[in-house]
Amino acid sequence: MGLTISITSISEEDMAMSNTNHPFWVIVNKEIADYVRSWRFIILIVIIALTCMGSLYTALTNIREAIKPNDPDGAFLFLKLFTVSDGTLPSFVVFISFLGPLLGISLGFDAINSEQNKGTLSRILSQPIHRDYLINAKFVAALIVIGIMLFVLGFLVMGFGLIAIGIPPTAEEFMRVVFFLIVSLFYVAFWLNLSIFFSIRFKQAATSALACVAIWLFFSVFYNMIVNLVGKALSPSAWASDYQVIAYQRFMLNLLRFAPSELFNEATMTLLMPSVRSLGPLTMEQVHGAIPSPLPLGQSLLVVWPQLTGLIAATVVCFGLSYVSFMRKEVRSR
Amino acid sequence: MCQYVIELTGLTKKYGNFTAVNDLNLNIRKGEIFGLLGPNGAGKSTTILMMLGLTEPTSGSVNVCGINSTTHPVDVKRKVGYLPEDVGFYEDMTGIENLLYTAALNGIGKKEGRAKAEQLLERVGLAKEADKKAGKYSKGMRQRLGLADVLIKSPEVIILDEPTSGIDPAGVQEFMDLILQLSREEGLTVLFSSHHLNQVQQVCDRVGLFGGGRLLAEVELTDLHKTEHGLDDIYNQYFGGGHGHE
Repeated sequence: MGLTISITSISEEDMAMSNTNHPFWVIVNKEIADYVRSWRFIILIVIIALTCMGSLYTALTNIREAIKPNDPDGAFLFLKLFTVSDGTLPSFVVFISFLGPLLGISLGFDAINSEQNKGTLSRILSQPIHRDYLINAKFVAALIVIGIMLFVLGFLVMGFGLIAIGIPPTAEEFMRVVFFLIVSLFYVAFWLNLSIFFSIRFKQAATSALACVAIWLFFSVFYNMIVNLVGKALSPSAWASDYQVIAYQRFMLNLLRFAPSELFNEATMTLLMPSVRSLGPLTMEQVHGAIPSPLPLGQSLLVVWPQLTGLIAATVVCFGLSYVSFMRKEVRSR
Repeated sequence: MCQYVIELTGLTKKYGNFTAVNDLNLNIRKGEIFGLLGPNGAGKSTTILMMLGLTEPTSGSVNVCGINSTTHPVDVKRKVGYLPEDVGFYEDMTGIENLLYTAALNGIGKKEGRAKAEQLLERVGLAKEADKKAGKYSKGMRQRLGLADVLIKSPEVIILDEPTSGIDPAGVQEFMDLILQLSREEGLTVLFSSHHLNQVQQVCDRVGLFGGGRLLAEVELTDLHKTEHGLDDIYNQYFGGGHGHE
Protein backbone atom coordinates (compact mmCIF):
# COMPACT_ATOMS: atom_id res chain seq x y z
CA MET A 1 0.00 0.00 0.00
CA GLY A 2 2.72 2.43 1.05
CA LEU A 3 4.49 1.67 -2.17
CA THR A 4 1.56 2.46 -4.45
CA ILE A 5 0.89 5.67 -2.59
CA SER A 6 4.45 6.84 -3.04
CA ILE A 7 4.36 5.88 -6.71
CA THR A 8 1.38 8.09 -7.34
CA SER A 9 2.63 10.95 -5.23
CA ILE A 10 5.97 11.10 -7.00
CA SER A 11 4.59 10.74 -10.48
CA GLU A 12 1.80 13.25 -9.90
CA GLU A 13 4.23 15.80 -8.57
CA ASP A 14 6.43 15.11 -11.54
CA MET A 15 3.64 15.26 -14.07
CA ALA A 16 2.86 18.70 -12.77
CA MET A 17 6.42 19.81 -13.36
CA SER A 18 6.93 18.38 -16.79
CA ASN A 19 5.57 15.71 -19.00
CA THR A 20 8.25 13.18 -18.19
CA ASN A 21 8.84 10.33 -15.76
CA HIS A 22 10.94 10.75 -12.68
CA PRO A 23 14.40 9.23 -13.39
CA PHE A 24 13.92 6.84 -10.47
CA TRP A 25 10.88 5.27 -12.09
CA VAL A 26 12.63 5.26 -15.45
CA ILE A 27 15.25 2.97 -13.91
CA VAL A 28 12.61 0.87 -12.14
CA ASN A 29 10.75 0.41 -15.42
CA LYS A 30 13.88 -0.62 -17.23
CA GLU A 31 14.91 -3.05 -14.50
CA ILE A 32 11.50 -4.69 -14.37
CA ALA A 33 11.54 -5.10 -18.14
CA ASP A 34 15.01 -6.64 -17.88
CA TYR A 35 13.92 -9.11 -15.21
CA VAL A 36 10.76 -10.18 -16.95
CA ARG A 37 12.53 -10.76 -20.25
CA SER A 38 15.51 -12.57 -18.77
CA TRP A 39 15.86 -16.33 -19.11
CA ARG A 40 16.67 -16.82 -15.49
CA PHE A 41 13.36 -15.34 -14.44
CA ILE A 42 11.43 -17.51 -16.88
CA ILE A 43 13.24 -20.62 -15.62
CA LEU A 44 12.57 -19.66 -12.00
CA ILE A 45 8.93 -18.93 -12.57
CA VAL A 46 8.47 -22.29 -14.31
CA ILE A 47 10.17 -24.14 -11.43
CA ILE A 48 8.19 -22.34 -8.78
CA ALA A 49 4.87 -22.61 -10.60
CA LEU A 50 5.40 -26.35 -11.13
CA THR A 51 6.29 -27.00 -7.50
CA CYS A 52 3.34 -24.97 -6.30
CA MET A 53 0.99 -26.88 -8.54
CA GLY A 54 2.53 -30.11 -7.24
CA SER A 55 2.07 -29.10 -3.64
CA LEU A 56 -1.49 -28.01 -4.36
CA TYR A 57 -2.18 -31.41 -5.87
CA THR A 58 -0.87 -33.28 -2.82
CA ALA A 59 -2.77 -30.93 -0.53
CA LEU A 60 -6.00 -31.55 -2.40
CA THR A 61 -5.61 -35.34 -2.41
CA ASN A 62 -4.82 -35.39 1.30
CA ILE A 63 -7.13 -32.75 2.61
CA ARG A 64 -9.80 -35.33 3.49
CA GLU A 65 -7.49 -37.24 5.83
CA ALA A 66 -6.17 -33.99 7.26
CA ILE A 67 -9.46 -33.17 8.94
CA LYS A 68 -9.64 -34.89 12.31
CA PRO A 69 -12.70 -34.78 14.55
CA ASN A 70 -11.19 -32.75 17.40
CA ASP A 71 -8.81 -30.61 15.38
CA PRO A 72 -8.95 -27.00 16.56
CA ASP A 73 -7.81 -25.95 13.07
CA GLY A 74 -10.77 -27.82 11.54
CA ALA A 75 -12.63 -24.58 11.00
CA PHE A 76 -9.79 -23.33 8.83
CA LEU A 77 -10.01 -25.93 6.11
CA PHE A 78 -8.91 -23.50 3.47
CA LEU A 79 -5.59 -22.74 5.12
CA LYS A 80 -4.74 -26.42 4.98
CA LEU A 81 -4.28 -26.02 1.23
CA PHE A 82 -1.00 -24.31 2.06
CA THR A 83 0.25 -26.59 4.82
CA VAL A 84 -1.04 -30.15 4.24
CA SER A 85 1.16 -32.77 2.68
CA ASP A 86 1.33 -36.58 2.76
CA GLY A 87 5.09 -36.64 3.07
CA THR A 88 5.88 -37.40 -0.57
CA LEU A 89 5.89 -33.78 -1.71
CA PRO A 90 6.38 -30.80 0.62
CA SER A 91 3.59 -28.30 1.19
CA PHE A 92 3.34 -24.86 -0.40
CA VAL A 93 4.82 -23.20 2.69
CA VAL A 94 7.85 -25.47 2.72
CA PHE A 95 8.40 -24.86 -0.98
CA ILE A 96 8.33 -21.11 -0.50
CA SER A 97 10.75 -21.30 2.43
CA PHE A 98 13.07 -23.38 0.27
CA LEU A 99 12.74 -21.67 -3.12
CA GLY A 100 12.21 -18.12 -1.84
CA PRO A 101 15.91 -17.61 -1.07
CA LEU A 102 16.80 -18.95 -4.49
CA LEU A 103 14.43 -16.43 -6.07
CA GLY A 104 15.88 -13.55 -4.08
CA ILE A 105 19.47 -14.54 -4.76
CA SER A 106 18.97 -15.07 -8.47
CA LEU A 107 17.42 -11.63 -8.93
CA GLY A 108 20.10 -9.78 -7.01
CA PHE A 109 23.45 -11.50 -7.24
CA ASP A 110 24.64 -9.57 -10.32
CA ALA A 111 22.76 -6.32 -9.73
CA ILE A 112 25.77 -4.03 -9.50
CA ASN A 113 28.80 -6.03 -10.59
CA SER A 114 27.35 -6.92 -13.99
CA GLU A 115 26.80 -3.21 -14.66
CA GLN A 116 30.36 -2.56 -13.63
CA ASN A 117 31.72 -5.35 -15.84
CA LYS A 118 29.68 -4.26 -18.83
CA GLY A 119 30.94 -0.69 -18.37
CA THR A 120 27.42 0.72 -18.02
CA LEU A 121 27.75 1.70 -14.36
CA SER A 122 30.00 4.70 -14.92
CA ARG A 123 27.86 5.77 -17.86
CA ILE A 124 24.62 5.63 -15.87
CA LEU A 125 26.14 7.34 -12.84
CA SER A 126 27.44 10.18 -14.98
CA GLN A 127 23.82 11.02 -15.77
CA PRO A 128 22.17 13.63 -13.55
CA ILE A 129 20.73 11.19 -11.03
CA HIS A 130 21.52 10.66 -7.39
CA ARG A 131 23.70 7.67 -6.90
CA ASP A 132 21.29 5.88 -4.59
CA TYR A 133 18.57 5.97 -7.26
CA LEU A 134 20.28 3.11 -9.02
CA ILE A 135 20.50 0.78 -6.05
CA ASN A 136 17.09 1.75 -4.67
CA ALA A 137 15.51 1.29 -8.09
CA LYS A 138 17.08 -2.11 -8.50
CA PHE A 139 15.77 -3.17 -5.11
CA VAL A 140 12.29 -1.77 -5.72
CA ALA A 141 12.09 -3.34 -9.19
CA ALA A 142 13.07 -6.78 -7.90
CA LEU A 143 10.66 -6.42 -5.00
CA ILE A 144 7.78 -5.49 -7.33
CA VAL A 145 8.54 -8.48 -9.55
CA ILE A 146 8.78 -10.87 -6.59
CA GLY A 147 5.69 -9.41 -4.94
CA ILE A 148 3.57 -9.79 -8.05
CA MET A 149 4.84 -13.32 -8.53
CA LEU A 150 4.16 -14.41 -4.94
CA PHE A 151 0.70 -12.90 -4.86
CA VAL A 152 -0.21 -14.40 -8.22
CA LEU A 153 0.93 -17.84 -7.06
CA GLY A 154 -0.81 -17.55 -3.70
CA PHE A 155 -4.05 -16.43 -5.28
CA LEU A 156 -3.79 -19.12 -7.94
CA VAL A 157 -3.49 -21.78 -5.25
CA MET A 158 -6.49 -20.23 -3.51
CA GLY A 159 -8.46 -20.14 -6.74
CA PHE A 160 -7.73 -23.72 -7.71
CA GLY A 161 -8.43 -24.84 -4.17
CA LEU A 162 -11.73 -23.00 -4.23
CA ILE A 163 -12.73 -24.79 -7.40
CA ALA A 164 -11.57 -28.17 -6.11
CA ILE A 165 -12.96 -28.20 -2.59
CA GLY A 166 -15.89 -25.93 -3.18
CA ILE A 167 -15.71 -24.20 0.21
CA PRO A 168 -14.99 -20.47 -0.01
CA PRO A 169 -12.46 -19.00 2.40
CA THR A 170 -13.71 -16.81 5.22
CA ALA A 171 -12.54 -13.23 5.41
CA GLU A 172 -10.16 -14.22 8.19
CA GLU A 173 -8.66 -17.05 6.19
CA PHE A 174 -8.16 -14.69 3.28
CA MET A 175 -6.43 -12.15 5.49
CA ARG A 176 -4.22 -14.86 6.95
CA VAL A 177 -3.13 -15.89 3.46
CA VAL A 178 -2.43 -12.26 2.55
CA PHE A 179 -0.30 -11.83 5.67
CA PHE A 180 1.47 -15.08 4.88
CA LEU A 181 2.31 -13.74 1.41
CA ILE A 182 3.55 -10.47 2.90
CA VAL A 183 5.80 -12.36 5.31
CA SER A 184 7.10 -14.40 2.36
CA LEU A 185 7.83 -11.15 0.54
CA PHE A 186 9.92 -9.91 3.47
CA TYR A 187 11.70 -13.24 3.60
CA VAL A 188 12.61 -13.12 -0.09
CA ALA A 189 13.53 -9.44 0.28
CA PHE A 190 16.09 -10.42 2.91
CA TRP A 191 17.84 -12.76 0.49
CA LEU A 192 17.52 -10.21 -2.29
CA ASN A 193 19.29 -7.58 -0.19
CA LEU A 194 21.96 -10.01 0.87
CA SER A 195 22.68 -10.85 -2.76
CA ILE A 196 22.68 -7.15 -3.77
CA PHE A 197 25.20 -6.53 -1.01
CA PHE A 198 27.43 -9.30 -2.35
CA SER A 199 27.03 -7.96 -5.87
CA ILE A 200 28.56 -4.70 -4.66
CA ARG A 201 31.20 -6.41 -2.58
CA PHE A 202 32.43 -8.90 -5.19
CA LYS A 203 33.55 -7.99 -8.67
CA GLN A 204 32.63 -11.29 -10.29
CA ALA A 205 28.97 -12.24 -10.52
CA ALA A 206 29.89 -15.89 -10.04
CA THR A 207 31.65 -15.15 -6.75
CA SER A 208 28.72 -13.23 -5.37
CA ALA A 209 26.26 -15.93 -6.44
CA LEU A 210 28.42 -18.55 -4.78
CA ALA A 211 28.73 -16.51 -1.60
CA CYS A 212 24.94 -16.14 -1.40
CA VAL A 213 24.36 -19.83 -2.05
CA ALA A 214 26.96 -20.67 0.60
CA ILE A 215 25.11 -18.60 3.19
CA TRP A 216 21.81 -20.10 2.14
CA LEU A 217 23.20 -23.65 2.44
CA PHE A 218 24.82 -22.81 5.74
CA PHE A 219 21.53 -21.72 7.25
CA SER A 220 19.39 -24.42 5.68
CA VAL A 221 21.72 -27.40 6.28
CA PHE A 222 24.67 -26.81 8.56
CA TYR A 223 23.24 -24.34 11.02
CA ASN A 224 20.80 -26.86 12.49
CA MET A 225 23.61 -29.38 12.87
CA ILE A 226 25.80 -26.88 14.68
CA VAL A 227 22.95 -25.87 16.97
CA ASN A 228 22.35 -29.56 17.72
CA LEU A 229 25.99 -30.02 18.61
CA VAL A 230 25.90 -27.03 20.93
CA GLY A 231 22.65 -28.36 22.34
CA LYS A 232 24.19 -31.72 23.21
CA ALA A 233 27.12 -30.10 24.88
CA LEU A 234 24.93 -27.81 26.96
CA SER A 235 22.02 -30.15 27.71
CA PRO A 236 21.08 -30.11 31.41
CA SER A 237 21.37 -33.31 33.42
CA ALA A 238 18.38 -35.51 34.11
CA TRP A 239 18.16 -34.07 37.64
CA ALA A 240 18.12 -30.47 36.52
CA SER A 241 15.32 -28.27 37.81
CA ASP A 242 12.39 -27.28 35.63
CA TYR A 243 13.72 -23.76 35.42
CA GLN A 244 17.01 -24.97 34.05
CA VAL A 245 15.25 -27.12 31.45
CA ILE A 246 13.05 -24.24 30.36
CA ALA A 247 15.99 -21.87 30.22
CA TYR A 248 17.86 -24.40 28.12
CA GLN A 249 14.93 -24.83 25.73
CA ARG A 250 14.57 -21.07 25.37
CA PHE A 251 18.26 -20.69 24.68
CA MET A 252 18.24 -23.39 22.00
CA LEU A 253 15.20 -21.87 20.33
CA ASN A 254 16.81 -18.44 20.32
CA LEU A 255 19.95 -19.89 18.77
CA LEU A 256 17.85 -21.42 16.01
CA ARG A 257 16.16 -18.09 15.44
CA PHE A 258 19.36 -16.58 14.08
CA ALA A 259 18.51 -18.40 10.88
CA PRO A 260 16.09 -16.34 8.78
CA SER A 261 14.39 -19.51 7.58
CA GLU A 262 13.50 -20.39 11.19
CA LEU A 263 11.91 -16.96 11.69
CA PHE A 264 10.00 -17.39 8.46
CA ASN A 265 8.80 -20.89 9.36
CA GLU A 266 7.62 -19.83 12.80
CA ALA A 267 5.83 -16.80 11.40
CA THR A 268 4.08 -18.64 8.60
CA MET A 269 3.11 -21.64 10.73
CA THR A 270 1.49 -19.39 13.29
CA LEU A 271 -0.33 -17.44 10.62
CA LEU A 272 -1.57 -20.50 8.74
CA MET A 273 -2.34 -22.65 11.80
CA PRO A 274 -4.52 -20.53 14.05
CA SER A 275 -4.26 -23.07 16.91
CA VAL A 276 -0.59 -22.26 17.48
CA ARG A 277 -0.61 -20.03 20.55
CA SER A 278 3.04 -19.80 21.50
CA LEU A 279 6.35 -20.33 19.81
CA GLY A 280 8.32 -21.06 22.95
CA PRO A 281 7.98 -23.64 25.73
CA LEU A 282 4.88 -23.29 27.89
CA THR A 283 4.60 -24.47 31.48
CA MET A 284 1.67 -26.51 32.70
CA GLU A 285 0.40 -23.53 34.69
CA GLN A 286 0.30 -21.41 31.56
CA VAL A 287 -1.59 -24.06 29.59
CA HIS A 288 -3.92 -24.92 32.51
CA GLY A 289 -7.44 -23.87 31.79
CA ALA A 290 -6.78 -22.83 28.20
CA ILE A 291 -9.43 -23.89 25.74
CA PRO A 292 -7.89 -25.57 22.67
CA SER A 293 -9.45 -23.12 20.26
CA PRO A 294 -7.87 -21.17 17.40
CA LEU A 295 -6.55 -17.67 18.00
CA PRO A 296 -8.07 -14.70 16.20
CA LEU A 297 -5.89 -13.14 13.52
CA GLY A 298 -4.84 -10.19 15.64
CA GLN A 299 -3.56 -12.50 18.37
CA SER A 300 -1.70 -14.69 15.88
CA LEU A 301 -0.03 -11.58 14.52
CA LEU A 302 0.96 -10.60 18.06
CA VAL A 303 2.53 -14.01 18.56
CA VAL A 304 4.69 -13.65 15.44
CA TRP A 305 5.43 -9.96 15.86
CA PRO A 306 8.99 -10.60 17.17
CA GLN A 307 9.70 -12.93 14.26
CA LEU A 308 8.38 -10.38 11.78
CA THR A 309 10.43 -7.62 13.37
CA GLY A 310 13.51 -9.82 13.22
CA LEU A 311 13.01 -10.58 9.54
CA ILE A 312 12.43 -6.93 8.67
CA ALA A 313 15.45 -5.90 10.75
CA ALA A 314 17.68 -8.42 8.96
CA THR A 315 16.40 -7.11 5.62
CA VAL A 316 17.03 -3.52 6.61
CA VAL A 317 20.54 -4.31 7.90
CA CYS A 318 21.45 -5.94 4.59
CA PHE A 319 20.02 -3.02 2.65
CA GLY A 320 21.87 -0.55 4.84
CA LEU A 321 25.14 -2.38 4.30
CA SER A 322 24.69 -2.43 0.54
CA TYR A 323 23.60 1.21 0.52
CA VAL A 324 26.64 2.40 2.45
CA SER A 325 29.12 0.33 0.47
CA PHE A 326 27.59 1.44 -2.82
CA MET A 327 27.61 5.13 -1.91
CA ARG A 328 31.29 4.91 -0.96
CA LYS A 329 32.29 2.88 -3.99
CA GLU A 330 34.56 4.54 -6.48
CA VAL A 331 33.04 4.07 -9.90
CA ARG A 332 35.65 3.50 -12.54
CA SER A 333 34.97 2.40 -16.04
CA ARG A 334 35.32 -1.35 -16.44
CA MET B 1 29.04 33.75 -17.70
CA CYS B 2 31.95 32.22 -15.86
CA GLN B 3 35.26 32.71 -17.52
CA TYR B 4 36.57 29.36 -16.42
CA VAL B 5 34.29 26.40 -16.97
CA ILE B 6 36.40 24.00 -14.96
CA GLU B 7 38.40 25.18 -11.97
CA LEU B 8 40.57 22.80 -9.98
CA THR B 9 42.18 24.23 -6.86
CA GLY B 10 44.74 22.35 -4.81
CA LEU B 11 43.16 19.07 -5.82
CA THR B 12 44.67 16.03 -4.13
CA LYS B 13 43.58 12.39 -4.11
CA LYS B 14 45.33 9.76 -2.04
CA TYR B 15 44.75 6.02 -2.01
CA GLY B 16 46.40 4.94 1.22
CA ASN B 17 50.01 5.97 0.83
CA PHE B 18 49.79 6.38 -2.91
CA THR B 19 49.09 9.88 -4.17
CA ALA B 20 47.20 9.66 -7.47
CA VAL B 21 46.66 13.37 -7.90
CA ASN B 22 48.93 15.83 -6.14
CA ASP B 23 47.98 19.46 -5.45
CA LEU B 24 46.58 20.09 -8.90
CA ASN B 25 45.61 23.58 -10.05
CA LEU B 26 44.02 23.90 -13.44
CA ASN B 27 41.58 26.25 -15.14
CA ILE B 28 39.82 25.48 -18.39
CA ARG B 29 38.23 28.27 -20.39
CA LYS B 30 34.83 28.21 -21.97
CA GLY B 31 34.72 26.86 -25.51
CA GLU B 32 38.24 25.52 -25.69
CA ILE B 33 39.40 21.99 -26.36
CA PHE B 34 41.76 21.10 -23.58
CA GLY B 35 43.98 18.04 -23.78
CA LEU B 36 45.12 16.10 -20.76
CA LEU B 37 48.25 14.40 -21.97
CA GLY B 38 50.17 11.92 -19.93
CA PRO B 39 51.18 8.29 -19.66
CA ASN B 40 48.95 5.63 -18.10
CA GLY B 41 48.62 5.99 -14.35
CA ALA B 42 49.40 9.71 -14.40
CA GLY B 43 46.14 10.50 -12.58
CA LYS B 44 44.13 11.69 -15.57
CA SER B 45 41.15 9.38 -14.98
CA THR B 46 41.12 10.06 -11.24
CA THR B 47 41.01 13.80 -11.93
CA ILE B 48 38.10 13.29 -14.29
CA LEU B 49 36.23 11.14 -11.76
CA MET B 50 36.59 13.94 -9.21
CA MET B 51 35.24 16.48 -11.69
CA LEU B 52 32.10 14.38 -12.00
CA GLY B 53 31.76 13.71 -8.29
CA LEU B 54 32.22 9.98 -8.87
CA THR B 55 34.98 9.97 -6.29
CA GLU B 56 35.78 12.36 -3.48
CA PRO B 57 39.00 14.38 -3.40
CA THR B 58 41.18 14.00 -0.32
CA SER B 59 41.63 17.76 -0.30
CA GLY B 60 41.14 20.72 -2.59
CA SER B 61 38.08 21.58 -4.62
CA VAL B 62 36.58 21.09 -8.07
CA ASN B 63 34.20 23.59 -9.59
CA VAL B 64 32.48 22.97 -12.90
CA CYS B 65 30.49 25.91 -14.24
CA GLY B 66 30.77 27.40 -10.79
CA ILE B 67 29.21 24.36 -9.12
CA ASN B 68 31.12 22.26 -6.63
CA SER B 69 31.35 18.72 -7.99
CA THR B 70 31.85 17.06 -4.65
CA THR B 71 28.85 18.54 -2.92
CA HIS B 72 26.48 19.00 -5.88
CA PRO B 73 27.33 16.21 -8.32
CA VAL B 74 23.85 16.02 -9.81
CA ASP B 75 23.85 19.66 -10.90
CA VAL B 76 27.28 19.20 -12.42
CA LYS B 77 26.27 16.02 -14.24
CA ARG B 78 23.34 17.90 -15.78
CA LYS B 79 25.84 20.12 -17.62
CA VAL B 80 28.64 17.69 -18.24
CA GLY B 81 28.69 14.76 -20.62
CA TYR B 82 31.20 12.07 -19.80
CA LEU B 83 32.45 9.41 -22.17
CA PRO B 84 34.40 6.86 -20.13
CA GLU B 85 37.20 4.81 -21.53
CA ASP B 86 35.75 1.67 -23.14
CA VAL B 87 32.13 2.73 -22.67
CA GLY B 88 29.53 -0.01 -22.17
CA PHE B 89 25.93 -0.29 -23.29
CA TYR B 90 23.08 -2.60 -22.38
CA GLU B 91 23.76 -5.34 -24.86
CA ASP B 92 20.26 -6.68 -25.21
CA MET B 93 18.89 -3.24 -26.02
CA THR B 94 19.28 -1.65 -29.45
CA GLY B 95 21.47 1.38 -30.02
CA ILE B 96 18.56 3.76 -30.10
CA GLU B 97 16.97 2.19 -27.01
CA ASN B 98 20.18 2.83 -25.10
CA LEU B 99 20.09 6.47 -26.17
CA LEU B 100 16.42 6.79 -25.25
CA TYR B 101 17.16 5.41 -21.79
CA THR B 102 19.84 8.04 -21.26
CA ALA B 103 17.45 10.70 -22.55
CA ALA B 104 14.78 9.54 -20.09
CA LEU B 105 17.28 9.64 -17.22
CA ASN B 106 17.99 13.24 -18.17
CA GLY B 107 14.31 14.05 -17.98
CA ILE B 108 13.87 14.50 -21.73
CA GLY B 109 10.36 13.66 -22.90
CA LYS B 110 9.72 10.65 -25.12
CA LYS B 111 8.99 12.49 -28.35
CA GLU B 112 11.81 14.96 -27.99
CA GLY B 113 14.18 12.19 -26.93
CA ARG B 114 13.42 10.09 -29.98
CA ALA B 115 13.87 13.00 -32.36
CA LYS B 116 17.14 13.91 -30.73
CA ALA B 117 18.40 10.34 -30.68
CA GLU B 118 17.67 9.85 -34.37
CA GLN B 119 19.35 13.10 -35.25
CA LEU B 120 22.44 12.23 -33.21
CA LEU B 121 22.67 8.71 -34.61
CA GLU B 122 22.60 10.26 -38.05
CA ARG B 123 25.31 12.68 -36.95
CA VAL B 124 27.69 9.97 -35.71
CA GLY B 125 26.96 7.76 -38.70
CA LEU B 126 25.00 5.02 -36.97
CA ALA B 127 21.57 5.70 -38.47
CA LYS B 128 21.55 2.36 -40.25
CA GLU B 129 22.54 0.43 -37.14
CA ALA B 130 20.06 2.21 -34.86
CA ASP B 131 17.88 -0.88 -34.42
CA LYS B 132 20.74 -3.31 -34.04
CA LYS B 133 21.42 -4.70 -30.58
CA ALA B 134 24.25 -2.78 -28.89
CA GLY B 135 25.92 -6.11 -28.10
CA LYS B 136 26.55 -6.58 -31.82
CA TYR B 137 28.30 -3.23 -32.23
CA SER B 138 32.00 -3.11 -32.97
CA LYS B 139 34.35 -1.21 -30.71
CA GLY B 140 34.43 1.84 -32.99
CA MET B 141 30.66 1.87 -33.34
CA ARG B 142 30.35 1.67 -29.56
CA GLN B 143 32.55 4.71 -29.09
CA ARG B 144 30.52 6.63 -31.66
CA LEU B 145 27.31 5.58 -29.91
CA GLY B 146 28.98 6.77 -26.72
CA LEU B 147 29.52 10.18 -28.28
CA ALA B 148 25.84 10.36 -29.24
CA ASP B 149 24.99 9.27 -25.69
CA VAL B 150 27.06 12.10 -24.26
CA LEU B 151 25.52 14.70 -26.57
CA ILE B 152 21.89 13.73 -26.05
CA LYS B 153 21.65 15.73 -22.84
CA SER B 154 22.90 18.87 -24.67
CA PRO B 155 25.85 19.37 -22.33
CA GLU B 156 27.96 22.50 -21.95
CA VAL B 157 31.09 20.51 -21.30
CA ILE B 158 32.10 17.10 -22.56
CA ILE B 159 34.80 15.03 -20.95
CA LEU B 160 36.35 12.29 -23.04
CA ASP B 161 38.55 9.83 -21.24
CA GLU B 162 40.84 8.01 -23.68
CA PRO B 163 38.00 7.85 -26.21
CA THR B 164 40.13 6.39 -28.97
CA SER B 165 41.66 3.44 -27.15
CA GLY B 166 41.10 0.24 -29.07
CA ILE B 167 39.92 1.80 -32.32
CA ASP B 168 41.84 1.26 -35.55
CA PRO B 169 43.75 4.24 -37.04
CA ALA B 170 41.15 5.06 -39.70
CA GLY B 171 38.43 4.96 -37.05
CA VAL B 172 40.48 7.20 -34.78
CA GLN B 173 40.84 9.79 -37.51
CA GLU B 174 37.13 9.74 -38.17
CA PHE B 175 36.33 9.96 -34.49
CA MET B 176 38.69 12.88 -33.91
CA ASP B 177 37.22 14.78 -36.84
CA LEU B 178 33.77 14.17 -35.41
CA ILE B 179 34.75 15.56 -32.01
CA LEU B 180 36.34 18.62 -33.57
CA GLN B 181 33.34 19.30 -35.78
CA LEU B 182 30.75 18.78 -33.07
CA SER B 183 32.51 20.89 -30.51
CA ARG B 184 32.97 23.78 -32.93
CA GLU B 185 29.36 23.62 -34.08
CA GLU B 186 27.85 23.44 -30.62
CA GLY B 187 30.40 25.69 -28.95
CA LEU B 188 31.25 23.00 -26.41
CA THR B 189 34.06 22.99 -23.95
CA VAL B 190 35.91 19.73 -24.39
CA LEU B 191 38.27 18.01 -22.01
CA PHE B 192 40.13 15.34 -23.89
CA SER B 193 42.33 12.89 -22.05
CA SER B 194 44.79 10.77 -23.95
CA HIS B 195 48.27 9.34 -23.94
CA HIS B 196 48.59 9.80 -27.72
CA LEU B 197 50.60 12.90 -28.44
CA ASN B 198 49.60 13.21 -32.08
CA GLN B 199 45.88 12.99 -31.36
CA VAL B 200 46.08 15.69 -28.74
CA GLN B 201 48.20 17.85 -31.00
CA GLN B 202 45.67 17.46 -33.79
CA VAL B 203 42.57 18.78 -32.05
CA CYS B 204 43.43 20.62 -28.86
CA ASP B 205 43.78 24.34 -28.29
CA ARG B 206 45.65 23.88 -25.08
CA VAL B 207 47.40 20.93 -23.52
CA GLY B 208 48.22 20.07 -19.95
CA LEU B 209 51.05 17.60 -19.49
CA PHE B 210 50.37 15.19 -16.68
CA GLY B 211 52.80 13.00 -14.82
CA GLY B 212 52.82 11.42 -11.39
CA GLY B 213 49.63 13.19 -10.40
CA ARG B 214 51.03 16.63 -11.15
CA LEU B 215 50.49 19.13 -13.92
CA LEU B 216 53.99 19.44 -15.37
CA ALA B 217 53.31 22.04 -18.04
CA GLU B 218 50.54 23.92 -19.77
CA VAL B 219 51.05 24.66 -23.45
CA GLU B 220 49.07 26.81 -25.88
CA LEU B 221 49.03 24.80 -29.07
CA THR B 222 48.34 27.59 -31.51
CA ASP B 223 51.90 28.86 -31.20
CA LEU B 224 53.34 25.41 -31.24
CA HIS B 225 51.81 24.36 -34.50
CA LYS B 226 54.18 26.79 -36.17
CA THR B 227 57.24 25.06 -34.79
CA GLU B 228 56.85 21.55 -36.08
CA HIS B 229 58.18 19.57 -33.19
CA GLY B 230 57.25 21.92 -30.42
CA LEU B 231 55.09 19.61 -28.36
CA ASP B 232 57.26 16.63 -29.17
CA ASP B 233 60.20 18.32 -27.53
CA ILE B 234 58.30 19.28 -24.44
CA TYR B 235 56.82 15.79 -24.15
CA ASN B 236 60.20 14.16 -24.50
CA GLN B 237 61.63 16.53 -21.97
CA TYR B 238 59.19 15.22 -19.37
CA PHE B 239 58.51 11.64 -20.33
CA GLY B 240 61.59 10.54 -22.20
CA GLY B 241 61.91 9.72 -25.86
CA GLY B 242 59.37 8.61 -28.36
CA HIS B 243 56.35 7.79 -26.15
CA GLY B 244 54.06 10.09 -27.99
CA HIS B 245 53.81 8.10 -31.19
CA GLU B 246 52.15 4.83 -30.29
